[in-house]
Amino acid sequence: MLRMLIRRLFLGAVTVVIVSMIIFTGVEMLPGDACTAFLEREAQGKLLENCREAQGLNRTAAVRYFDWATSAAQGDLGVSANGSKSIAELVGNRLKNSLLLAACALALGVPLAIFLGVVAGLWRDRPVDLTVSTLAIFAMTIPEFVSATVLILVFSVWLGWLPGIVLTSANAPASAFFPEILLPVLVLTMVMTAHILRMVRSSVIEVMAGDYIQMATLKGVPYWRIVFRHALPNALLPAINVVALTIAWLLGGVVVIEVVFNYPGLGRMMIDAISDRDLPVVQAIALIVATVYVGVNLSADILTMIANPRLRTLHMRRG
Amino acid sequence: MNVTTAPQQNTRLNRILTVLRDVVSRPSGAIGLSLVVFHVVLALVSPLIVPYDYKAMNSAMMLTGPETAHWLGTDHLGRDVFTRVLLGGREALLVTGIATPIAVSWGGFVGIFFGLIGGRVDEVLMRVVDAFLSLPWILKMLVLIVTFGTGIEVLIPTLAFFYGIPVIRIARAATHDVVARDFVAASRARGHGRMTIIQRELLPNVLDTLMVEGAMRWSWMLLAFSSLSFLGFGVSPPTPDWGLMIADARGFMSFAPWGVLGPVIALSSLIIGINLTADALAKALGIDRAQKAPV
Amino acid sequence: MSTPLIDIRNISVGFTGKSGETLPVLRNIDLRVGEGESIGIVGESGSGKSTLALAAMGYLKRGLRLLNGAVAFQGQDMFAQSRRELEHIRGGELALIPQNSGQSLTPTLRIGAQLIEALRLHSDVPDAKHTAKAVELLGQVRLPDPDAIMTRFPHELSGGQQQRVAIAMALAGEPHALLLDEPTTGLDVTTQAHILELLRDIARARGMAMVYVSHDLGAIARVCDHVVVMYAGEVVLQGTTRQVLTAPVHPYARGLLASIPKLSDPRLPVALDGTPPAPGGAGAGCAFVDRCALAQDRCRSARPELTPQPGGEAVRCFFPEQADQISLAGTGAEPAKVAAADEPALRLEDLSISYSQPGVFDKILRRETARVMTVDGIEITVEKGETLGLVGESGSGKSTILKAVAGLLPPAGGQISVSGGAPLAREVEYRSADHLRKVQLIFQNPDDSLNPRHTIAEILEQPLKLYFGLGGDALYQRSAEILERVRLGAHYLDRLPSQLSGGEKQRVAIARAFAAEPELVLCDEVTSALDVSVQAAVLDLLNDLKATQGTTYVFVSHDLAVVRALSDRVAVLYQGRLCEIGPSASVYATPSHPYTEVLLDAVLEPDPDTAPTLSADDVVEMSPPARGCPFQRRCPRKIGAICDTDTPPWQQGKDGHAIRCHHAVAELSRLQGVQTKEQVS
Repeated sequence: MLRMLIRRLFLGAVTVVIVSMIIFTGVEMLPGDACTAFLEREAQGKLLENCREAQGLNRTAAVRYFDWATSAAQGDLGVSANGSKSIAELVGNRLKNSLLLAACALALGVPLAIFLGVVAGLWRDRPVDLTVSTLAIFAMTIPEFVSATVLILVFSVWLGWLPGIVLTSANAPASAFFPEILLPVLVLTMVMTAHILRMVRSSVIEVMAGDYIQMATLKGVPYWRIVFRHALPNALLPAINVVALTIAWLLGGVVVIEVVFNYPGLGRMMIDAISDRDLPVVQAIALIVATVYVGVNLSADILTMIANPRLRTLHMRRG
Repeated sequence: MNVTTAPQQNTRLNRILTVLRDVVSRPSGAIGLSLVVFHVVLALVSPLIVPYDYKAMNSAMMLTGPETAHWLGTDHLGRDVFTRVLLGGREALLVTGIATPIAVSWGGFVGIFFGLIGGRVDEVLMRVVDAFLSLPWILKMLVLIVTFGTGIEVLIPTLAFFYGIPVIRIARAATHDVVARDFVAASRARGHGRMTIIQRELLPNVLDTLMVEGAMRWSWMLLAFSSLSFLGFGVSPPTPDWGLMIADARGFMSFAPWGVLGPVIALSSLIIGINLTADALAKALGIDRAQKAPV
Repeated sequence: MSTPLIDIRNISVGFTGKSGETLPVLRNIDLRVGEGESIGIVGESGSGKSTLALAAMGYLKRGLRLLNGAVAFQGQDMFAQSRRELEHIRGGELALIPQNSGQSLTPTLRIGAQLIEALRLHSDVPDAKHTAKAVELLGQVRLPDPDAIMTRFPHELSGGQQQRVAIAMALAGEPHALLLDEPTTGLDVTTQAHILELLRDIARARGMAMVYVSHDLGAIARVCDHVVVMYAGEVVLQGTTRQVLTAPVHPYARGLLASIPKLSDPRLPVALDGTPPAPGGAGAGCAFVDRCALAQDRCRSARPELTPQPGGEAVRCFFPEQADQISLAGTGAEPAKVAAADEPALRLEDLSISYSQPGVFDKILRRETARVMTVDGIEITVEKGETLGLVGESGSGKSTILKAVAGLLPPAGGQISVSGGAPLAREVEYRSADHLRKVQLIFQNPDDSLNPRHTIAEILEQPLKLYFGLGGDALYQRSAEILERVRLGAHYLDRLPSQLSGGEKQRVAIARAFAAEPELVLCDEVTSALDVSVQAAVLDLLNDLKATQGTTYVFVSHDLAVVRALSDRVAVLYQGRLCEIGPSASVYATPSHPYTEVLLDAVLEPDPDTAPTLSADDVVEMSPPARGCPFQRRCPRKIGAICDTDTPPWQQGKDGHAIRCHHAVAELSRLQGVQTKEQVS
């Protein structure tokens, strides 16, 4: 088990290193650099040369990568190109806001998804299942900006119940985002609930058709006891990984929703940074998001290993 | 004359027909497939049937409501919304229609190849795949778009490249299931080469998964394409595009809500159609697609 | 007469076919089981025997429905019970022991928790004593160290242990009747024999009724008083075990018995041609008519009823008095002898194989981990035209050796050479075209070894194109010819494997191997996935091909009787090490290696007068001991410390018979002779 753990951690670290290389290469490919962005129209001749000298931009790519990677590993993400603000500070606020959004969506979506998925799976092909499954297809396929637009139209424009746009500034405390945060949370919840519940549903169906469930029935175990004691602990194991992917998506992939609702999260900051050619910020956000992705997936793998006796002892024997 | 090939093709054709019949016999498949066919046909014929020029602006007729002359009203530049809705999917369908097969083909091949050889090379490749997947799609896309522009010649390879990466994972997993089976061992033991094994033993068995995967990639690509347009990084005006139209009309939503409804319904119906079809196809082929997480 | 415990009256069970018609799986079954009776239900796959057993519990698999009839348990209609009532009866008064216990135990619950659950639901034992009672039950099913087992998860136990746990769980409710659905299928011979003895003892001691469902007449003979033979969803013969196994009056039952290979008969079993009808496929007449040697016009037009016979049995046949025209034994073919001396077709020299590969971390840390050899020190020479049988329990390395010869698994050491003497490359990728063609492998399960997406023509053309470059008409002609040789017509060419029966699929797999015109054919449990009657036909085909082609076989099987029927010589493997090798007649007679003895003693014969001898534990060993004799931990004839420390020497007998044991051959003869006498007295 310990050996497996070390192996996973090692592979996770390798992935993060590869990501950092991809990010660096990707940003290198972009036309211009921090100096052209900073100096804008004056970016030529001596001025540009001096700036590059000062920023250390005329060293070789390998040296600059090494420099960037090592300081990033120590938590120093550098300074943004246009101002001289510390990126760690800039990103910190946005990360906090993104976490708030993600936490609200997860708190609402995960229990809902598991409940609906289990219900749909147990009453497979019945009206409940057909309703839930059809709604899920709609919720997961309609583009986020479409559902967001429709929700704003209904709840904000027509009914006037909820604010359709976030006006709170990025560094405000979490409580200040209510109730503005509700509509974005609703849209996110819809999409993630659909994905998770579909997976839970099919896992429940698969487990309920298994030999040990038939055997439990023939051992005279009462139905609900079978569901809760024999089926669900097995059926919900794969949900761990899907929830992990969802968390990663919530923290890095919800750019569109943040833009639609003007929510000051990481995603919008990333878009702005790309538009402004603020390369150090782009690099920093990309690295943070990627690390979160690797981290939550790693945690999910480890959690699954702990929760599943089959994996647990298998690795123990090997290790 | 080769006597053996004729009936073989029949066997294969029969299978395709059976699957198709199965797809259509399911409500989701029937609805989904008709939506997809409708959109594809529309994209092909729309330039011939639209009532107005999509570029024609009319400052006297801005943001009018639905009326007989303009079924869906006009936009903020006085252009006919109905015309633009009819044309708004062409660019998206063209780009994703070309990029999807490319993505599935290259991702599928790489996935099958590394799934077959396995070992350390495979291990390293999977880390690289992981690394690419860990970056938000929009960041990957934007970096390339900002660098090279938003033309079709940029969008197609970009989408094909990035959407092929998750296919590697799926194809590799499907290949692992097949590689463990004895007919692959039998083929190896007979002395067939790797390419023969991939082509004759693995591909026919992974193809089902790849087809369903392709349908899903297509819908996600459309999603990405219109999201980019919506954010202003995709199709450039005045070319009509649903994502762009929604973005434009959103500003006037409080007093001209019909402007968003047309493109919203058009875009949603296409993506839902593809997904319903993919769902029915997966069921007809006996693959459970809900197990797979979106990447 | 008191009411029977289980009373099944005229039940039919069916499902709805693709075009909406009702297809019956069970047709008009009547069965009564009294208190303390043990009844065996025997039939081949698809005969409906498991469906019948589950129906006795009022349970039908998804998609099946009761068409008519009723099932009563202790007078209560099982299909009319409330859910609560059913939960009370199932596992309480009527308990099931399933086929695959490994998959029937909930993987996330410890054994203890599952046993205690059964006790809580179905026994009067007070809560405080549940743990003690559970441990007691585990002890009763003869599991060593029950306390430790309580804390284990199902996957941490061996197949035999899982089966014992399932039995303990069934006993928790002190049921009146046990239903056993193929409880020993898939277990090793010794384990199987142990489980059957346990079941016999438990049923006797507690006066429990048993319904034992199995395809294995040997197991039925051991535990049942009465036998019901099923065919295509019907009961075709019913009688005492002795009546059914020694003088059956139904043609199918006779054919089935004749198709079972027996240790006592070195000839090939008699094949029962044809396949049973699919559900709904039986016409107006007798379901067996197409395969029956005695069929007459009447059999085609009318369906016979189950009619009582003077001897007390009941039979579904119009002409039971003619049944004895079908011989029970003796008409099987003689095994073909085509071995040519001094011309080896395969030579294994000091072959060793290991599954463990040094890991990345070991490499980084430069750790030298001792590799455990899965197979070690194998020295075998197979003459041209000879059939070598490889036997042993699961984990004996018999299939591993075949894989190494086929080049699918590179050996860790030693050499493999075929005719001509040149050594084979370790991996198949480096072998010459000639070597590749000469060695062909046939797998256990044709469902897995035939690509489901290829037509039979495409399957056969692969070796033909690869080795002979055939194409066009020549390819077609040759494919048809090869199919003919495995007794399938050319019309099979454009079918897919899924359109063939199990036996037909295995024939195609055999055809594919023989299309290469090989010198050496490796058969890996080629009949294990088949029904006995089909198995006999496949064995007969292999024997024929050997006679006409002069092929050399290496034949791997866990079934000692099957190996005996086909092999000239037999090698016995334990934990990847050779124990004994020699002409089959010598290996199957005394003196033998103690392991061979244990294996032979545990074999179940379809004969009510034989009983297996259990001379060793059925413990499953994970890896061979580091030193000494590989069989040291289970050997009933262990001498002492020498067995633990020294590798035993080979002791040569006549005709190349060799035993690897510290006992002298004479001593083994004496010990094994005495043993038999003790048993008789």
